[in-house]
Amino acid sequence: MAGLKPEPAAADAPAKVRFRDPQIEMAHGAGGIASRRLIEGLFAPILFGSSHEPLGDSATVHVAGARVAITTDCFVVKPLKFAGGSIGELAINGTVNDLAVSGARPESIVATFVLEAGLPTDVLEAEIRAMGEAARQAGVAIAGGDTKVVEHGQADLMYITTTGLGSFLPGVHVNPRSVRSGDKVLLSGPIGDHGITILLARGELDLDADLRSDTRSVFPLVEAMVREAGPGIRWMRDPTRGGVATSLNELARDCGLSVHLIDDTIPVRDTVRGACELLGLDPLHIANEGQFLAVVAPEYANLALNALCQTAGGEAAVMIGEVCEQPAGSVLITTEYGGSRIIDMLVGDPLPRIC
Amino acid sequence: MCLAIPGKIVEVFPDMPRLATVEVAGVRRKVDLGLLEDDPPVSGDWVLIHVGFAMSKISEQDAIDQMNTLRILGEDEQAIQEVQGYGLDGSDNRKPS
Amino acid sequence: MRFVDEFRDPEVITKTAEEIRRLAEPSRHYRIMEVCGGHTHAIYRFGLKDILPSNVELIHGPGCPVCVLPMGRIDDGLALAQDPDVIFSAFGDMMRVPGTQGSPLEHKARGMDVRIVYSPSDALKLAKANPGKHVMFFAIGFETTAPSSALTLMRAKAEGIRNFSLFCNHVTIIPAIRAILDSPDMRLDAFVGPGHVSTVIGCRPYEWIASKEGRPIVISGFEPLDILQSIVMLLRQLKSGEAKVENQYKRVVPWEGNRAALRAMAEVFQLRPYFEWRGLGFISQSALGIRDSYADWDTERRFRVPGVRVTDPKAAQCGEVLKGVLKPAQCKLFGSECTPEHPVGALMVSSEGSCAAYYNYEHRKAMATSLAWPA
Repeated sequence: MAGLKPEPAAADAPAKVRFRDPQIEMAHGAGGIASRRLIEGLFAPILFGSSHEPLGDSATVHVAGARVAITTDCFVVKPLKFAGGSIGELAINGTVNDLAVSGARPESIVATFVLEAGLPTDVLEAEIRAMGEAARQAGVAIAGGDTKVVEHGQADLMYITTTGLGSFLPGVHVNPRSVRSGDKVLLSGPIGDHGITILLARGELDLDADLRSDTRSVFPLVEAMVREAGPGIRWMRDPTRGGVATSLNELARDCGLSVHLIDDTIPVRDTVRGACELLGLDPLHIANEGQFLAVVAPEYANLALNALCQTAGGEAAVMIGEVCEQPAGSVLITTEYGGSRIIDMLVGDPLPRIC
Repeated sequence: MCLAIPGKIVEVFPDMPRLATVEVAGVRRKVDLGLLEDDPPVSGDWVLIHVGFAMSKISEQDAIDQMNTLRILGEDEQAIQEVQGYGLDGSDNRKPS
Repeated sequence: MRFVDEFRDPEVITKTAEEIRRLAEPSRHYRIMEVCGGHTHAIYRFGLKDILPSNVELIHGPGCPVCVLPMGRIDDGLALAQDPDVIFSAFGDMMRVPGTQGSPLEHKARGMDVRIVYSPSDALKLAKANPGKHVMFFAIGFETTAPSSALTLMRAKAEGIRNFSLFCNHVTIIPAIRAILDSPDMRLDAFVGPGHVSTVIGCRPYEWIASKEGRPIVISGFEPLDILQSIVMLLRQLKSGEAKVENQYKRVVPWEGNRAALRAMAEVFQLRPYFEWRGLGFISQSALGIRDSYADWDTERRFRVPGVRVTDPKAAQCGEVLKGVLKPAQCKLFGSECTPEHPVGALMVSSEGSCAAYYNYEHRKAMATSLAWPA
């Protein structure tokens, strides 16, 4: 989700809507440039008041003197079930991860279900069980929920919305404004697994591969990293829709610096690479559901990386680059032989190409 | 017009000779062999795939030759410069050691 | 990945770049055009311009089948698909290309049945799976892709699948190269030739470029080492004053081309007397149409095509950029009215269009005041 410190909107200042698109397109939900434009240009001015805080994965709210993290998300996926998971697990892990990368321990989730009339009960039951299991594994309580049913033909069988609450881990304050030139960029593991699994599961491209979604809670990894290197952690994000490219571009814009990546360090499974080469896709733009990025001060970077590598599930964590001054607001990737290119956000979802 | 990828034929279908399963880094897809009907590939061959059709067989030998050519690039040049440095070819150039 | 990774070997790339520096005479400025959009994309993706000497200039040619498609043809295709019983199918490359009423994806958002396919054979499968609908395949591409379309129509005819048709926008590469060489604004020294088109047409069709126009041309693969080796071969020819056709992509390109592919094309297609190319105007004998024997699978004969011509906005300089006369950043609309998010011309939409490639991979590098490389 995109959240920030809420401030009461100034009653006398009319909200300045900058969003000019005549209708909503699929691109607006893809997590890329169009999504950002919608949020910043329509939602933020009206709902978030005049706050200039950057949008993050969770928001901080103060309730009776306590500082609490809150996040919300909605889950729309076709097909509902795929290798490695289903919509229920995505819903729990996605919410847990949004809290985790804000530096918060996930405590509690409430969920709403929009169900399509005609949805077989056993399908629904399977998803509820998956959610229960994912919540148990993530150590988070499901506190309640709501259900609505819509006509057949709407809701793609099932949409799930969640709201999660978390308690901030002591000693960590993530804020893109605290990022400095020289900070290191860490990645928890291989990218592209989830997005390619979904693409293949849709069956339209007739490709077959031994691949699973990476959906999981990254909280244990975050907790371990915070324990060893808390004071040095400047920023974290889970690169879901839009991939690593989108998350790092958002960081670059929010902190006004540049992110430099080293091509050969970025871990990609062979099958993901093969599918991307076949379809003309870039793994950096593909969604992940079980990985996260962290920007860490240089004197803490090795501590942070070791903490990840020594935690179950973090063995493949790696340093993929660092923050620099120029080109400001952009992400640059360089190969071993000195060739470089800018990595930008896509407009909408990545599309296979033949040219 | 140009996205074409090398893939290995891993499965052929005796009752459907113009179809084969091709594998690219563990990703498999059925590919039409109709454009190679004059010299059909067999299981284990590498082919160039474009929009689900095999366009050409890939010659392993040509690939190896190309890499060998590239790897010794500049070595001929270096050898010439060294020889000139020794004055053995009669030239006046002395390569500073 | 076999036959891919070896040709991305960083040490050998560095060595080949050194050879290019050694061969490029400091007093000369080399203007080399890569014809194929796939090469444009590869050059940017692998950052090859960063390792070439500044006097070796790569100019992007018009070999991007999406970029040269006039907007009117997109409108035509989408108009035909307005019928709720028609499924519009196309490669992903077409989905964001703007027509006057929006792109195929935007039409999908408004309720039209639009599907992305990886292969024309997948479009034929869609037809088999949806007997109550008509599947229209919006075919684009040069000679690399045309044989696959041809075979698909042959299959459709052989299997009697009547609810399928092809909207044919296949174009041929030689007339495009001729138009470049005929253009008075162009000064080019040599060409990097289209490797995958050549797997079909072979190397002979380029001989006139060397013998009549005196320009060396090297048929090149698409990995970094292929492109760099092709530049080495071109520089060697230029140094010795020769001009001939060479095949760098030997592991894949047969000198005589692919006879079966050419046969399939001859069976199904014929040359249209003329065809409009966006930015280049009408060129005779430059595009494929469908033969009478396959009329039942020709969208333009099954349906009535509006055939409206749409002229590009005056300020858009797609034509000059396509011909390599202007660099993308020199077009007045570049980066302001025309960006990948709201493209005015197809060069900004297609991933191998020079404007999109430059915008996505390069222009912010150029804008930076200083670059700090990681240690």
